[in-house]
Amino acid sequence: MPADIYLNVAVSGILTGLIYGLSTLGLSVIFGVIRIVNFAHGEIMVVGMFVTLVLFRHLGIDPLLSIPIVAAALFGFGFVLQDWVVRRVAHLADHMQFLLMAAVAVILISVCLMLFGPDAQGAQVGYAYDSLSIGPLIVDKVRLYAGLAALVVAAALFAFFRYAATGKAIRACGDNYLGAQVVGLNVRRLFALTFGIGTACLGAAGAILLLLIDVHPYLGPPLTLLAFIIVIVGGMGSLPGAMLGGVLIGASEAIAGLLLQPSLKSAFSFGLLILVLLVRPQGLLGKATQ
Amino acid sequence: MNRLIKGVRPRALVLLAVFAAALVIAPLFVSSYVLSVLIIVLYFAYVGQAWNLMIGFAGQLSLGHALFVGIGAYTSAALFIHFGIAPWIGMFAAVALSVLTGCIIGYLGFRFSIRGVYFALLTIAFAEFVLVIVDHIPWLGSTGGFFLPVANRDRIDLFNLRGSQIMFYYVILALTAAALVLCRLLLNSKLGLYWQAIREDQESAEAIGVHLFRYKMIAVAISSGLTGIAGVWYAFYYNNLFPETTFSTAKSIELILGTVVGGVGTLFGPILGAFILTPLGEVLTHLTEGMKIDGIKSFFWGVCVAAIVLFRPTGLWPWISALFGLDPRRGDKP
Repeated sequence: MPADIYLNVAVSGILTGLIYGLSTLGLSVIFGVIRIVNFAHGEIMVVGMFVTLVLFRHLGIDPLLSIPIVAAALFGFGFVLQDWVVRRVAHLADHMQFLLMAAVAVILISVCLMLFGPDAQGAQVGYAYDSLSIGPLIVDKVRLYAGLAALVVAAALFAFFRYAATGKAIRACGDNYLGAQVVGLNVRRLFALTFGIGTACLGAAGAILLLLIDVHPYLGPPLTLLAFIIVIVGGMGSLPGAMLGGVLIGASEAIAGLLLQPSLKSAFSFGLLILVLLVRPQGLLGKATQ
Repeated sequence: MNRLIKGVRPRALVLLAVFAAALVIAPLFVSSYVLSVLIIVLYFAYVGQAWNLMIGFAGQLSLGHALFVGIGAYTSAALFIHFGIAPWIGMFAAVALSVLTGCIIGYLGFRFSIRGVYFALLTIAFAEFVLVIVDHIPWLGSTGGFFLPVANRDRIDLFNLRGSQIMFYYVILALTAAALVLCRLLLNSKLGLYWQAIREDQESAEAIGVHLFRYKMIAVAISSGLTGIAGVWYAFYYNNLFPETTFSTAKSIELILGTVVGGVGTLFGPILGAFILTPLGEVLTHLTEGMKIDGIKSFFWGVCVAAIVLFRPTGLWPWISALFGLDPRRGDKP
């Protein structure tokens, strides 16, 4: 029996981890190409969750079906944010970029607070309490769908970067900024696209996450921290690393929550992060620089 | 004394003297509310100065400085509550522990050449890690908070740091002035020059024989120690400590905001920034109080900070000092 519990907890942790991984893809894409750490990461995701909530409440759209709508909306937001604002601080020191993104985060939180209030709100779907049993495994339907949806979106993103001409051009910008300019790529537009794609990932991840947890304006910072941990564990700028890190952290947090106190699980993740930074600073799947 | 004022324009010296004198006599004239704002301003100016030493002088970005405030605060408070040890003595333990933690982070970061953004994330990770740990230590009050016995505000007991608002004002004013003098001396010393060489170009500095690891470690040690002292003051001024409001990343951002606005790497940036941001926050609070809308204050706050980053990316001090002609001769700028 105890073995079953661990297996169940691990599977549900992995499924949650897939969503973490998808959101971290958004961070990783932006850092990998534009070299900016998006400190407003969690807040942008919260915006995505609220958009999903509005669609669910007023139009009755299931969060899973609203993924494309939310992703498109946040794509537009990210595109404009990069092109109008973030682009202007690209030449500044790290701490100035950090402060700008932190200011963006504060503004987003306040807007959410003004529009939706401080209380936690969730989307109750019809299949919220259904579960499937596969052998000894009992999986919540909602978690299974959420994990699969995250996997599908991530696969679409990988395909885009591998096969689409625009995706290849973006990777070229990330690999060699000067070279990309020399061969005539419109780097400014591609950067805006990249930021948009990054925030679209956050929108999709937010829509999916709303199935599992309630949203409130102060959810942003913990989500940002989680993504930082995952991206460093997996390797900054490495897309498979982000997914791997997400699954690892999701599963280890779930197990740690079972073995220790649930409130200690984030200390466990931070411990893991410090360990990875020491042993392999570039992350599990990251490329060593210099 | 000579080293302190060498190369500073007479006009700047006079202004500084007037400013310092105004701060010394301020408690005689201002209301208790204004005094409380001034106290917070000076606290941020002091911590900003300590943080600035690391990023502005030596080029190492820490985004977890709340960690050192927290360690200083919790250490001195624990010694006072559990063993009755006075803060001026507890301060030694507090500073030692802060410096030790700073050195551990520095050692891990610099030994394994974790740089820039990665080092910043390491500092965040440590602060959040300690936050969760303190959350689970009942001896330190865990999530419920850690409280010092309420002070008798009439009797001034400088030894135990129990007393009126005015006493706390003068203590933090003295700390801020001392930090300013210390930073000025450090910046013009050989050590300061090594730091600036590392900040400008680490590879070149190493090539001409600057021992990177040693001087970065010294910067972290001094910065974390100074910040730890602020923590001691913080604990005894506020009398209550909560892990979430002491160690969180939001707190770290609050600590460094003024310095970034004032001008990283300048001596007066931290002071100027604190004198702008804290009153700005107070004004926003008053303006938005009547509106009864959640979040409107932080909205304007975010817009102001974003505007400063976008339009005055070097901070306000270089701009203001040029405006008033306070700059030292060209090439001698600290």
